[in-house]
Amino acid sequence: MEEKALNESEERYEPVERYEPTPDVTADSRLREQLERAWYVPTGLIGWFSVVDHRTIGKRYIVTAFCFFIFAGLLAALMRIQLAVPNNHFLGPDLYNQVFTTHGTIMMFLFAVPVMEAMGIYLVPLMVGARNIAFPRLNVFSYFVYLFGGVMLVTTMLLNTAPDVGWFAYTPLSGPDFAPGKRADFWAQMITFTEVSGLAVAVELVATIFKTRAPGMSLNRMPLFVWSMLVTSFMVIFAMPSVVTASAILLLDRLVGTQFYNPAEGGDNLLWQHLFWFFGHPEVYIIFVPALGMVSSIIATFTQRPVFGYTAMVISLVATGFIGFGLWVHHMFATGLPQLGLTYFTAASMVIAIPSGVQIFCWIASLWRGRPRFHTPLLFVLGFIAIFVLGGLSGVTLASVPFDLQVHDTYYVVAHFHYVLLGGAVFPLIGGIYYWFPKMTGRMMDDALGKVSFWVLFLGFNITFFPMHILGFEGMPRRVYTYPAELGWGTLNLIASIGAGLLVVGGVLLVYNVVRSYTSGAIATDNPWNADTLEWGTSSPPPVYNFLHIPVVEGRNALWDRSEEQPVVVGIRSDCREVLVTDVMDAEPSNKCSYPEPTVWPFLCAVVTSLFFIGSIFTPWSVPAAILPLAVTLIGWFWPKSESADAPGVRKPLKDAA
Amino acid sequence: MTRLRICLVVIAASLVTACGGNQAMFNPQGPPARSIASLGWLLLTVCAAIYVVVIAVAAWALLRRRDDADGLPQTTRRLTTAVIAATGVSIAILVVFTVSSVFAGRGLTSPTGPGAITVDVIGHQWWWEFQYRDVTPSDFVTSPNELHIPVGVPVHIKAMSRDVIHSFWVPNLHGKRDLIPGQVTNTWIQADTPGTYRGQCAEYCGHQHANMAFVVVAEPRDRFLSWIGQQRQPAAEPQSDEARRGRDIFLQSPCMMCHTIRGTTAGARLGPELTHVGSRMTIAAGTLPNTRGHLGGWVANAQTIKPGVRMPPNPLDPSDLQAVLTYLRSLR
Repeated sequence: MEEKALNESEERYEPVERYEPTPDVTADSRLREQLERAWYVPTGLIGWFSVVDHRTIGKRYIVTAFCFFIFAGLLAALMRIQLAVPNNHFLGPDLYNQVFTTHGTIMMFLFAVPVMEAMGIYLVPLMVGARNIAFPRLNVFSYFVYLFGGVMLVTTMLLNTAPDVGWFAYTPLSGPDFAPGKRADFWAQMITFTEVSGLAVAVELVATIFKTRAPGMSLNRMPLFVWSMLVTSFMVIFAMPSVVTASAILLLDRLVGTQFYNPAEGGDNLLWQHLFWFFGHPEVYIIFVPALGMVSSIIATFTQRPVFGYTAMVISLVATGFIGFGLWVHHMFATGLPQLGLTYFTAASMVIAIPSGVQIFCWIASLWRGRPRFHTPLLFVLGFIAIFVLGGLSGVTLASVPFDLQVHDTYYVVAHFHYVLLGGAVFPLIGGIYYWFPKMTGRMMDDALGKVSFWVLFLGFNITFFPMHILGFEGMPRRVYTYPAELGWGTLNLIASIGAGLLVVGGVLLVYNVVRSYTSGAIATDNPWNADTLEWGTSSPPPVYNFLHIPVVEGRNALWDRSEEQPVVVGIRSDCREVLVTDVMDAEPSNKCSYPEPTVWPFLCAVVTSLFFIGSIFTPWSVPAAILPLAVTLIGWFWPKSESADAPGVRKPLKDAA
Repeated sequence: MTRLRICLVVIAASLVTACGGNQAMFNPQGPPARSIASLGWLLLTVCAAIYVVVIAVAAWALLRRRDDADGLPQTTRRLTTAVIAATGVSIAILVVFTVSSVFAGRGLTSPTGPGAITVDVIGHQWWWEFQYRDVTPSDFVTSPNELHIPVGVPVHIKAMSRDVIHSFWVPNLHGKRDLIPGQVTNTWIQADTPGTYRGQCAEYCGHQHANMAFVVVAEPRDRFLSWIGQQRQPAAEPQSDEARRGRDIFLQSPCMMCHTIRGTTAGARLGPELTHVGSRMTIAAGTLPNTRGHLGGWVANAQTIKPGVRMPPNPLDPSDLQAVLTYLRSLR
């Protein structure tokens, strides 16, 4: 099967310079006008809160997530200052514990997952040839819930009342007896915020990918990035309920006196760890799998050939999604669970290295047979390979129970997961920003400055995190605000802190490059890199309706495989928000459906939801108090369209589209 | 005399090695740590080799000269074979890793040899309590933050916690075992050479997690037995007037609300037992050496040394403080 797939992608490919859909100019300009009216973007203050198009929301998500990233990165810099020398008094234990908790929480919940989903929100509808994301109003709601949850956590940090129980918030340390005050409640409620928004986005992406792909884009022609977002979204749907349950019953324990985690009353503290890591381990792959999709996109474009072994890549992504749920106990090897059970999790943790390995091998094969062009995005991907292979190998060692008993909760683990998360996910993400920036903004980023920032970040990263492996072997535990001089950890910590300084410099260069390119970068053409996926087949930045004509996809590499006379979809109304619904497997047209107009109700609903979440930290009465306002905003949100606004023929089976 | 000298030489030598890596996992001093360290070397060496090979191949793939054969089906077939072969090798290596982990892990939970003694390890925020049980309860010994073990015999650790989750970890002797409230977990350690080994809490347990350390003192069996015998004794009667005054101040101040000194009326169990506090190497859970000066600072205001610790400041006047210190130092 793999052989066949390889040959299939091998067939022929002639790069085509520009996408020129159809020569009929007058018909096109009339169509353009109609579409612009139908898919209008509201203006003004209320309009700003009413926008439902996925590009605007996607960009807001990305910018917001990077703001949180910068904030949490600065917190990390504070930690590195504190740890630079032994017995330092720069941050006391209270502040340090808040800082490391907030750093981890923001990075995992408010940056890594949302930013990956945000890239999906922006790119997936374009890549599958859709006019908008499915459930656009839910998308708006999810963004504002995410924003408010994040702002709440940042505010607690700025007010010196941030959670101090670790990003993992183990009970009973986070329970009512050992974490008095509201700090842990803010943490648990932040989970609710981000998981509500994360789940909403996952559902939107699955629906978009399954039901609104352009005709011809059967599952086996879907771009690898779309596959990776599909796998990620399913992982979100299965993993996040577990942590929402965990944090909800933690809140109940804390606020209304239930005893889920109190062993004295028959509760169990390991319950928290199981629930948390059943989410927490897939979480790592939720962050990492979209990055794999970005790597594949960038490698295909910058070698000008399809990625080697499409089928193997897809199977690896899906396998990662499944196996990712079988590893959670390797975070709990030291808790004294039975040996036989641990052996299973050792084996599973080893097995997950196989799909990752297959992907690395396929990328190397792609680089081998392609003609690499060393632009900044490819540099970040090569940096990713250098870093991620090391992080993956240290991950394999952590799967071994005996070895893990020694290095668990030491700086070796800190080094490992920064190698896989910062190197394995953030490097491809930055590469992806350089790669898709022209599409999102219509301007190119500065390549020379990009290369400088890459080398600074790459060196800074390795200087910061490589010594931490050795610190782990020397016995330095994680989450300590200071350490005695006699243990000899000072030199390596100082080196790591110097590296962190370099990382800050690299980050500043990146931000400077983004800002400068946004205002005065070179104007980008529609397809500046000559890439193969559909988003490059429309203007840069794309129009409000994404595609003038919804293309019919003729091959796995949509733009490279397309014929001279590219067929397009007809029979979809252009005077209202009508979209084509296709079936899951083969993307055959099956239905039409109308997408909702801009409205301010999802924003209002998000405001009410946020007030309800925050209020419930202080009084259970916020639950009944929220019912009525929530009902009102939801009724406004779902108020049916009037007859005249609704398109006739909507939801009727479609026989003759395309 | 010669035996004592040998003993001292051995201790000195072990201290020297410990300086190179006291609390380092690759400086193993007992069977469990040793088997983990050998497994660790295997894993790390193989992984390092894989890393070098993968990066070398990737570099070659990037930098090699391109030729016209790249687009041919034979090339694709050769690459497919290479990817399948690399995957096969990876699987084989992972199988070796899994099997060697299982074998290395077999002896790690319970000791194989005879002659084990049992110590209860109880975690508190942020100190350790080591209890040596005996058939007669009056012979129980409690040693805070200092675990004495005989050399060469397995020591069974029964771990439990009074408050939050902690983790018992002496890298020179074994990996971690969590202390979980509501449960008893088990592990064992064994030191093959006499010496002191540092251990530290390895599970984040709140404010002063960083300063929750302890020392393991491994000593020959006879010295261990004499240590136990001495710890069983109630507190020494104060010999000087100042020490007696110190004891009276101790017993009339809030100190006795939390601490036990056996042989006196102080019997509270919230803080570490002080019956033999003068004999211990460190105070404040491995944070400071046990000198008169450090102890004075600690008693007067522990919050400046270990902010957030449960011990409140004690505003004694200087002469009273000196008396209390004299008394505490006399408790050997």
